[in-house]
Amino acid sequence: MSLNTPLKNARGLGSAKDGTGHWSMQRLTAVALIPLSLWIAFTVAHMAGQDYEAVLAYFRAPFHISMFVLFVFAAFYHGALGLQVVIEDYVHNEGVKIGVMIVMKLGMALLGTISVVSILRAAFGS
Amino acid sequence: MKTGNRPLSPHLSVYKFPLTVLMSITHRITGVALALGSLVVAYWLASIAVGPEAYANATEFLGSWFGKLILFAWTAALFYHMSNGVRHLLWDMGYGFELPTSVLMNKVVLGASAVLTVLVWLVA
Repeated sequence: MSLNTPLKNARGLGSAKDGTGHWSMQRLTAVALIPLSLWIAFTVAHMAGQDYEAVLAYFRAPFHISMFVLFVFAAFYHGALGLQVVIEDYVHNEGVKIGVMIVMKLGMALLGTISVVSILRAAFGS
Repeated sequence: MKTGNRPLSPHLSVYKFPLTVLMSITHRITGVALALGSLVVAYWLASIAVGPEAYANATEFLGSWFGKLILFAWTAALFYHMSNGVRHLLWDMGYGFELPTSVLMNKVVLGASAVLTVLVWLVA
């Protein structure tokens, strides 16, 4: 017999106020980022010193566009989840915490969007 | 209740950090550094989208000693966070909690991140 109210059971929420969503998405993005960031780090390092045309040519290959967009999604999502935990751990004033959290989440969304739009613009022209 | 000279739980200021502890906090520090480094990723991508001049400026900045320092720190942080992240995933599956395994994993993580960092700079 559960001591939870039926509503609590229906929502499936514990004391953390949310379910396992944060935990599992952090792990899922982590697993995705192992091959993605290895690939990004080595191909971008390989491009170092090449001219603008060579970089544009890189971003015209559909496979490169896909990998880069996936990397940006996974990396910025993973980063936002991680920063959220750090903020929750060290900022103890509830009001400040909510403020910092909003700035951080919107900032990561902004940087992620700029990155994806930039990749697509480099790929398909303006 | 008489407590006497019982050892107290770690006071951070007087406690000598074992390597495992240092590596744990380094995971968090490199994570935050990588999140800040996402600014560089967005800047580099945006410069490509804006055009040849913006890209030339970005290349000049990232190619300067300060830019290279940022990039080196970013790659080292990335490979450390990645290697130690694999360790976190192993912990999630219930492996690697014994002391000898932990000591071995310290070395594997440090070695792997050093090798990957050197490799990526050899490619560059």
